[in-house]
Amino acid sequence: MVGIIDYRAGNLTSVARALTHLSIPSIITDDPTVLQECERIIFPGVGAAGQAMQDLKRTGMDEFLRNAIKNKIPVLGICLGTQIILEYSEENSTPCLGLLPGLVRRFPSDLTDRKGRLKVPHMGWNKVKITRNHPVFYEIAEEAEFYFVHSYYPVPKNDSHILGWTEYGITFCSIIAVENIVAVQFHPEKSGRPGLQILKNFCYWSGKDAE
Amino acid sequence: MLSKRIIPCLDVRNGILTKGIKFKDNVDVGDPVAAAKAYYEQGADEIVFYDITASAEGREIMIDVVRKVAENIFIPFSVGGGLRSLEDMRQVLLAGAEKVSINTAAVLNPDLINEGAQAFGSQCIVLGMDVKRVEASSSIPSGYEVFIHGGRTPTGLDALKWAQEGEERGAGEICLNSIDADGTQGGYDLVVTRLIATNVGIPVIASGGAGTPEHIYEALTEGQADAALIASVVHYNLYPISLIKGMLARRGIKVRSYW
Repeated sequence: MVGIIDYRAGNLTSVARALTHLSIPSIITDDPTVLQECERIIFPGVGAAGQAMQDLKRTGMDEFLRNAIKNKIPVLGICLGTQIILEYSEENSTPCLGLLPGLVRRFPSDLTDRKGRLKVPHMGWNKVKITRNHPVFYEIAEEAEFYFVHSYYPVPKNDSHILGWTEYGITFCSIIAVENIVAVQFHPEKSGRPGLQILKNFCYWSGKDAE
Repeated sequence: MLSKRIIPCLDVRNGILTKGIKFKDNVDVGDPVAAAKAYYEQGADEIVFYDITASAEGREIMIDVVRKVAENIFIPFSVGGGLRSLEDMRQVLLAGAEKVSINTAAVLNPDLINEGAQAFGSQCIVLGMDVKRVEASSSIPSGYEVFIHGGRTPTGLDALKWAQEGEERGAGEICLNSIDADGTQGGYDLVVTRLIATNVGIPVIASGGAGTPEHIYEALTEGQADAALIASVVHYNLYPISLIKGMLARRGIKVRSYW
């Protein structure tokens, strides 16, 4: 059973629907005792970091996540879920969970590429350059694109924690991978077949970085 | 770098797909869930549904369509048409839509944009605009006026001013439909597309008039749009999405070409 953490941050049902489509059983819950029975955890989210942190603390989910990661349960962060595991977000100067060293920055307002000014949020389809082999990204083509919607991006402190990079005026980290944690800035549940493949790979993953 | 998005638009009435020309004489042509699935598999980057149902029962059917679409396609899709309140938006989003599009209701009650953005996030709120070329005047300096009620009622609002107000109020995207071009298959209105796209900081989807891949190319280059809405050009299988994307890619437009 895959546990999907409910902290009232956005469209959790879309992750559950994608898993159902893949015939993978899942449960959406804000109850840590239910999540404790799950063999892997998805930590999704759309919304603001401040509100999310409040809800996580209120439900005791912050402690649950800390323990899950310590106990080597495979965890997949998505979008805001990815940002929240770092230490601090520039979004309303919010202290986050600090499960990994690093912070969350806002795209600069004067973002440009060779064709001119870029719009923020970074919304739409973009590529990810994956730096090394990882079981969760098995059979993901180099040309694959993923759906992003965000104004803030993760900046892990340790470069070895970065598995994927994306270009949008700047080059930012779009995939973090450390031991039993994989965290993506894009939405695999909205990224068509390659996105579904990542969810599927995660659901069959042992939680070890290299196999 | 972001890919330019190709977005098929499906008009739905009482749960059945229709094809509209200039907002009237709609003819039923099929099952919206099957059509959405087909476009998803053919490489659509997003799908837009317009619910042109008038009745309350029809609205219930639409929610059911949204739910079924969400179970079958795993790319973003938006739903517009007849959404008047936060509760209407919530129902569509809970049923699985990624975004909601508001048009007439936003003009009649502009605070709905702010409230929607506050409740669900700007990325969920698409401001739909139906615009028509008029003589430029002091009240409509851009020469494009906003119309509501499916293009029947003039509002006296200037298209550019309204787009900028929409952005300020928290809309995350603008879907700009030219009433003059809609259904003609003669090409997008590039003048108004460029005017809006270069004067707001949020993505603009060009809509109305696509008849050939060349028209789409023009909207994304000369028109500076971030995405192109298409209907007839794909509904009658004149140009499959893969062909449109192949042609755009050959001409140097970045499109998602692997799915």
